[in-house]
Amino acid sequence: MEAYVQEKPSEELKPPVTSVGTIGWVKANLFNGWFNSLLTLVTLYLLWEIVPPLFRWAFIDSVWNTTGAVCRDVDGACWSIITTNLRFILFGFYPHDQHWRPLIAILMLCGLLFYSRDRNHWNKYLGYGWIIGLVVMGVLMRGGILGLSGVETSQWGGLPLTLLLSVFGLTAAYPLGVMLALGRQSRMPAIKMLCVVYIELIRGVPLISLLFMGSIIFPLFLPEGITINQILRAQVAIILFTAAYIAEVVRGGLQAMPLGQYEAADSIGLSYFLTMRLIILPQALKIVIPPTVSILISAFKDTSLVVIIALWDLLKTTQSTLSNPEWMGFSREAYIFVAILYFLGCFSMANYSRKLEKELSTEEH
Amino acid sequence: MATEGKAIQADAGVPVKVPFWLDPKKRAIMYQIGVLCMFGLLAWYLISNTLINLEKQAIATGFGFLNKESSFEIGESLISYSAASTYGRALIVGALNTLKVAFVGIVITLILGTILGVARLSSNWLVSKLAAIYIEVMQDIPVLLQLFFWYAIFYESLPSPRQALNPFHGLFLCNRGVIFAVPESHPAHKYMFIAFVIACIGVYVFRRWAKKRQDLTGQALPVFRISMGTIIGLPLIVWLVFGAPTKMDVPELTGFNFKGGTTLSPEFIALLLGLVLYTAAFVAEVVRAGIQSVSKGQREAAMSIALRPTQVLNLVILPQALRVIIPPLTSQMLNLTKNSSLAVAIGFPDFVSVANTTMNQTGQSIEGVALIMAVYLIFSLSTSAFMNWYNKKVKLVER
Repeated sequence: MEAYVQEKPSEELKPPVTSVGTIGWVKANLFNGWFNSLLTLVTLYLLWEIVPPLFRWAFIDSVWNTTGAVCRDVDGACWSIITTNLRFILFGFYPHDQHWRPLIAILMLCGLLFYSRDRNHWNKYLGYGWIIGLVVMGVLMRGGILGLSGVETSQWGGLPLTLLLSVFGLTAAYPLGVMLALGRQSRMPAIKMLCVVYIELIRGVPLISLLFMGSIIFPLFLPEGITINQILRAQVAIILFTAAYIAEVVRGGLQAMPLGQYEAADSIGLSYFLTMRLIILPQALKIVIPPTVSILISAFKDTSLVVIIALWDLLKTTQSTLSNPEWMGFSREAYIFVAILYFLGCFSMANYSRKLEKELSTEEH
Repeated sequence: MATEGKAIQADAGVPVKVPFWLDPKKRAIMYQIGVLCMFGLLAWYLISNTLINLEKQAIATGFGFLNKESSFEIGESLISYSAASTYGRALIVGALNTLKVAFVGIVITLILGTILGVARLSSNWLVSKLAAIYIEVMQDIPVLLQLFFWYAIFYESLPSPRQALNPFHGLFLCNRGVIFAVPESHPAHKYMFIAFVIACIGVYVFRRWAKKRQDLTGQALPVFRISMGTIIGLPLIVWLVFGAPTKMDVPELTGFNFKGGTTLSPEFIALLLGLVLYTAAFVAEVVRAGIQSVSKGQREAAMSIALRPTQVLNLVILPQALRVIIPPLTSQMLNLTKNSSLAVAIGFPDFVSVANTTMNQTGQSIEGVALIMAVYLIFSLSTSAFMNWYNKKVKLVER
């Protein structure tokens, strides 16, 4: 009896058309089961109802460069409110012919932030770069030297003010927050208690109450004759507020440090200060980079609250534009524009935070 | 440096007198005294400045103003209030309004956030992506901006009361708010409420008994169905006993305003909408993380011992997911409550808004801000006390 030996491989069967490629993908991701199919159809219907009219409103029927009176006869969006008032919304009452100065300051800030994205660039020189950059930005904004005309801080407004409050808020709050976190971990009961009370107190109250405190009560704290301008008072409130949140984040990092690190530092005779500076903080702060970025994001969003104490930030300039009779009633367009600005800022930071998280987590293993 | 002192001691074999600035214990005490002194000096300096300033500006101090007549109106109030009432009552009205927004907001946020979180994990690509877009966009826009946006939409898009939209009988939409019909007040309602409370207590006792019974005998009762039946059934029976009153209080347009029904003001709706849509995005992330934290093996193991899908969810997945979800969830709820203070920006009379008016009228800003802080601290401290209790209760008992 002759054995049957298959000499050629049998012909490969292709998977059915309905389970690979586009059809397969659609089947697996949109129409697996009756419930998902129904869900997909309902969602598609809703999208069909919402997206085309929205698109028509925003792009097809919209006007981009007209006066307010023309806008009222148009069905679509009136983006003219943005194009006409862009400079006021972005820069507030900053002298009109000097707008290039805040613009350059903002571009510098964006450039520095962009350069700092790459962690390979993080070194001493970048730190110096930041310090020089911030000073140059301050000079550009304030003027008064180098032939630049002086601009009072009361004239600052719009986007530069928003960025100023958040960037300085975070840079000043960070060291304070680290100190508070160390204080909370301290073995000295009096210091520990002070820090705990501070952190819990600040985290328990809304930012708006601190802003009220800064704008109404703080002048009462100072001896007679000394006044501090309103932007600085709001800035102090934001710093005090953000520091408490940073302290909690840093505490998480400190608690994640194994005890062995402290013991090793003790065994080579390092003092408390050196232990923290050389051993603990570099590791602990690295762990908490991603949550710190999310604090940066919320600090950036929270600066919008200064509108309540009548500072001319981005939101306030927008509202002021809207109270102009010519542009009254176009809130949607104006707020959407501001929302897009905030979204771009926060979204890029959030994306960066995710990227960092991925990098840091792969490094460990 | 702490070890040096001891080292000297050990080497010499006889106790060597350590100078007090090298003794860690004494040094710690000195540091603390120093810090406390500095803190005390700063506080004394600020307080003395404040007292001098207050005296110069002739501002009264103390909480005596709480008993004075407020002479301002508040748009909406849960308790009776008029301009003749005291500041104290005005502040209570504000606090109740804050609680109202917070409570309604939290309930809706939890529902919406859970739906979004589950949608984010859906195997349906379209739904999952849309939920992701929603979460990302809402998280990245300041909540204050959202409040302004909704408020403006309300004011600019909706017609005046005369041309109010009337999508169906008993509901009106206009720029004065949403006016809708409510059941006309009837003595039955009070008893229905009592019946509801009794049903809740009864169900609680029944569930404990059923659990004990199951632990002892292994027999399970249809607990869920019986509980739902009691909670819905008992008030329903009371309602039927009272002759099933169905008369509705329908709003009607008279002149420039509406009569009857209940009105939700545009401020309230804008505040609620902004807070809910914003916080729901964060809640969705919390829910998603919680569900993902339960490993797949848990579900597979539960299914392999033949638990039904509802049992898998109730006995295996949820207890573990909730342990991860609850702590960040409470902090989100607290955030919502704190963010409700932004009501002051759109004119809803919450606690901060009323306190702000009080401060402007009396000039007693220190007391006003102190009251604001105290009220929010009470909210957050009681929440964290609850959290500590809960964390202890659900803590994993490890070997």
